[in-house]
Amino acid sequence: MAAAVNVDGCNKMIEFRSVNKWYGDFHVLKDIDLDIEAGQRVVICGPSGSGKSTLIRCINRLEEHQQGEILVEGEVLGDNPVANALIRRKVGMVFQQFNLFPHLTALDNCTLGPIKALGMSRAEAQERARAQLERVKIPEQADKFPQALSGGQQQRVAIARSLCMEPDVMLFDEPTSALDPEMIAEVLDTMIELADSGMTMICVTHEMGFAKTVADTIMFMDEGRIVEAAAPEKFFNSPDSARTRKFLDQILIH
Amino acid sequence: MISPHTKIKRTVGALDVVILVLALALGAYVYYRVDTVLAYNWSWDFLPGYFIRQDEQSGSWIANILLIGLVTTIRLAFWSMILAAILGAILGVMRTSTRLLPRLFSRVYVELIRNVPPLVFFFIFYFFISSQLMPALGISDFARNMSPENEKWVSILFGQPKLLENVISGIICLAFFEAAYIAEIVRAGIEAVPKQQYEAGLSVGLSRFSLLKSVVMPQALQKVLPPLANQFITLIKDSSIVSLISIQELTFLGQEVAVSTSKFFETWIFVAVLYFVICYALALLFGFLERRGSSSQR
Repeated sequence: MAAAVNVDGCNKMIEFRSVNKWYGDFHVLKDIDLDIEAGQRVVICGPSGSGKSTLIRCINRLEEHQQGEILVEGEVLGDNPVANALIRRKVGMVFQQFNLFPHLTALDNCTLGPIKALGMSRAEAQERARAQLERVKIPEQADKFPQALSGGQQQRVAIARSLCMEPDVMLFDEPTSALDPEMIAEVLDTMIELADSGMTMICVTHEMGFAKTVADTIMFMDEGRIVEAAAPEKFFNSPDSARTRKFLDQILIH
Repeated sequence: MISPHTKIKRTVGALDVVILVLALALGAYVYYRVDTVLAYNWSWDFLPGYFIRQDEQSGSWIANILLIGLVTTIRLAFWSMILAAILGAILGVMRTSTRLLPRLFSRVYVELIRNVPPLVFFFIFYFFISSQLMPALGISDFARNMSPENEKWVSILFGQPKLLENVISGIICLAFFEAAYIAEIVRAGIEAVPKQQYEAGLSVGLSRFSLLKSVVMPQALQKVLPPLANQFITLIKDSSIVSLISIQELTFLGQEVAVSTSKFFETWIFVAVLYFVICYALALLFGFLERRGSSSQR
């Protein structure tokens, strides 16, 4: 099925249509409506428990929603595991805790998806993996196991692993939250480079400096709702919602 | 508890001397009882002849029944391990399935076997195998009508063709029994793999099968290697029980030697040493695999 195209000719990458989700009795996502177009770079922020991670985990179906529709490149997400695997190949995901495969070297972490999911030959996949490790600036670590790498290096391998699938959109779930302060910059630099290359990105993060530099839209979530979505300038200087202002005061003062 | 950082003492302390003296005293007492009170007449010289003997006509050395028994036990253990590992892996994966039916089937199988003594299971199961399964598989017909080429391979892999049905019955009994325990070990290993690993695997578009094969199983295997080694050693030892369903392995033939020579101590001590050697060799092999696996991740 071809990607849905809106009137302006822009590709709609991701659409949420009145999405609701509960964890048991806890209403975690409330009536989420959202359009993200190809090339857009969205940063999602908000207090913990506001549903930001859950929202992006719904996009590649690591979480199921109970009401409404989520479309990725025009395809409606459902329960078909084969269809979901196909969608996940187009949606890269970077986790807070890196989640590298501990039994595989950095290079093999990167080649597993292309070989097993895309049916590439080993040589071809390795060539692609080396190119991506080069891109995240750790080609010399290719043959090391994850335990031998620093947190920042592990996260960059994780980014390379996702990029090896040549995804159309990248999801980042608090990618720097588990890192020591001195390693945050190297991961953010990698993400900025990725943004400059035109990748569609959705990033849950508290790094407001990164948000200012990279995002074209910043979304503020609270209690399962998208409270505010605006361009960085407006978001930081004149947000509509009092709650957004309060949140910004809290995080920008420190 | 000994933490990895506790230094293990290498010097001999007062307590070690006391323990050593007590152990030696116990050994001396047992020797005294056997030698003086029981007045046992030790003679070991008949044993080598039952292990390996010289053929009277050709003069060449050929295996006698204890060596044949040892080799049969090794064959029995080898094939049962492979079959039990395959069955156990399948049952273990079924135990972790999200569907009810595979989970239920596997659970029932494991519980039935775990709660019945091995010998009782073998008696029941062997009756079914020998009376129903073996004729259905046509093993004895196959053994009788083999080509010489096939016969050579079957002899190497399973031993004498005329005992093929006997050995295969033993293999199947043992494998089905041990598979239940291996299933539990595999299940524990799979459950020990963090759910984030599943998410990472799914995120790069792996199918459920690839996820299991390339992400979950290799990590689960690393975690279950020590209990798996333990189970395989148990399997070798349990293989002596199948002597009671007339499988002609080491214990069965040891019994024949012991009875026909009346040299019970010598024969059984010798048989025990043979078991010890194969079990300990397997333990060393697994120890090596474990160290190699854990060092490869540094």
